[in-house]
Amino acid sequence: MIVDLRHCDGCQSQGTAPQCTLATIEGHLLPEPMEWIEVYESPLEGGGTQFVPTPCQQCQNPPCVNVCPVAATFSAPEGVVLIDQDRCIGCRMCMAACPYDRRFFNWGSPPVPPEALLADYSMEHQVQAKVGTVTKCDFCVDMVRAGSLPHCVAGCPQGAIYYGDLEEDLATNGKTLVSFKDFTTNNNAYRLKEELGTHPRVWYIPGHGEAVGRDPHTTGRMPTKWPWIERAKGAVTWKR
Amino acid sequence: MEALIEEPGTADTTWESRLEAKALIPGTSTGVAFKLWVGGLLLVLLVGIVAYVNQYNNGLYVTGMRDRISWGIYIAAFVFFAGISMAGTLMSAILRITRATWRTPITRVAEAITVMGLITAGVFVIVDMGQPLRLYQMYLNGNWQSPLMWDMMAITVYLTSSVVYLLVPMIPDLAFFRDRLPGRVPHVQSWMYGTLSFGWIENPPQRRALAKAVAILTVLIIPVAVSVHTVLSFVFSTTVRVSWNSTSFGFFFVAGAIFSGVAVLIIVFAIVRRRYHLEEYITERQFTYLGYLLAAMSMIMIYTNATEFITKGFKASDDDLFAFRELFATKFAPLFWFYFFGGLVLPVLIVAFKRTRTITGLVVASSFAVVAMFIERYFIVVAGMSVPLMPYEPSSYMPTATEWAIVAGGFALFMLFLTLFTRLFPIVAIWEMKEEHETRVEVAP
Repeated sequence: MIVDLRHCDGCQSQGTAPQCTLATIEGHLLPEPMEWIEVYESPLEGGGTQFVPTPCQQCQNPPCVNVCPVAATFSAPEGVVLIDQDRCIGCRMCMAACPYDRRFFNWGSPPVPPEALLADYSMEHQVQAKVGTVTKCDFCVDMVRAGSLPHCVAGCPQGAIYYGDLEEDLATNGKTLVSFKDFTTNNNAYRLKEELGTHPRVWYIPGHGEAVGRDPHTTGRMPTKWPWIERAKGAVTWKR
Repeated sequence: MEALIEEPGTADTTWESRLEAKALIPGTSTGVAFKLWVGGLLLVLLVGIVAYVNQYNNGLYVTGMRDRISWGIYIAAFVFFAGISMAGTLMSAILRITRATWRTPITRVAEAITVMGLITAGVFVIVDMGQPLRLYQMYLNGNWQSPLMWDMMAITVYLTSSVVYLLVPMIPDLAFFRDRLPGRVPHVQSWMYGTLSFGWIENPPQRRALAKAVAILTVLIIPVAVSVHTVLSFVFSTTVRVSWNSTSFGFFFVAGAIFSGVAVLIIVFAIVRRRYHLEEYITERQFTYLGYLLAAMSMIMIYTNATEFITKGFKASDDDLFAFRELFATKFAPLFWFYFFGGLVLPVLIVAFKRTRTITGLVVASSFAVVAMFIERYFIVVAGMSVPLMPYEPSSYMPTATEWAIVAGGFALFMLFLTLFTRLFPIVAIWEMKEEHETRVEVAP
């Protein structure tokens, strides 16, 4: 995945909460307050802020996988880090180990809208959420296999998120197709906390939404809402 | 009571018969105070169990833990109880190897603390799990790479070996109970002494076998104990959290374990000594030596903390500074300074002056040390997790009533185990004391 920060304005221009987050919540029927892709706002050197959409970094050397005592979280052959919620014992060691704060725990009985009850559980989709287990972004491998883009990529109105295959050297935001190597090299892409040696598979192209006309000094983004929470019977929600 | 334990032919109270009589007291006497104490503990335990059932039904939602501070007081209690389990190994193995004979009267209780501490620690691991019924997955699909897996293996080995280490040197004393107590205790109890004394008749081959077994266990249990506390620290220090990112964590945890272990020992001995009238055997001498150990470990803790804070503070990365500010000045400052001055400096001062180096003084010092070590475990876990990993507002954690109830229940469980042990088992190593007494008498003209 490549996130072009030059095109990300935290959906300030849309007047909504970041739509990658909203699409993920809808697509995975996520319990409140889980934002599998979270748009962090971090300060820039000379003042102002930038928005950084942060999904699970799908590390090549994943600290979470290394510490899981029952191998419930693992690197799938395609490279994606998945969680088997039928095996997870809920010790939360992986949450202590993740340097990106990208793992979430089902603290209570997760609120589920009625339609979630129809879903068959799969590690690649994680609907419905299971109490007492850890969950996180799964890179939507099942959707990609079926031929569609991940929720966050499809949901981004600015086309800032590219998704593709490293071995094929191709990535797309749904509108244009780029060569991974050229696109990252030509635009000085970097990865988060590269010094830790986790080798994330999410690259960032530096920027602060300038390509879509964002003024870095206009700070703040709309808070995320969980639209279907009223429809979930007996919903328990919590704070992060 | 005295009349009850008087045996024909031992009217002249020799050293040996006095010891035997004293050793039999706990097994035969119960008072109102004892029943009240046990009843109170059972009540606290019950409240803890009710709280846990509530947690089990509602998920960990009822705790104060959330995604960003995802471990809390349960893990602190786990580390704390695993820590005090060091007490027994230290007293029995490390001091046995150095032939410190002053520790003989107090080894048995120390070994019992090890076993009870480990069981309680294990309970807290399960309490902290989101899916406790899946514990079997550790055996079925264990991941050898995980520090938590190493931890489980280390603790299982430690628990097994400390049960054996508690039981084996107790065989002659259990045989003594088996021979002397029938008729005075319930049938089940005397059956237990019979079974657990494994047909001990005190002949030379049995004595040789026992001496050999104890010697082997003594040597084997020390690396096991050290590895347990080291591996326990790896659960924290193998992550990339800034406060836990330390190569000295293993040593730090072992030192902390010995420190809190000695403190718990002093408190338990003071109670056992008074309750079961063992003033003749557990003397000021034992307390003074334990006090020296406490002070020494306390200074080692100060030293370790200092090296940690100086090396990290000198480089002062942003995250380190954040952690230091929380620890020294803001959120955790009252806890930290209580730990430092109340738990580390005060015990050294109490032991340093002859006037305060009394049994009461040492119990006060130890109580401070025990509370401080629980607090230290708490802020290691919670302060370590409260350093933000990404640009988000730092989150906070406060244990809920459920968590307090379960932690209190854990303490009650530990004390209940220990009370029942002192009531049912020979708490003084009678045969070892006799042996040492004999050698002393032989040596002294």
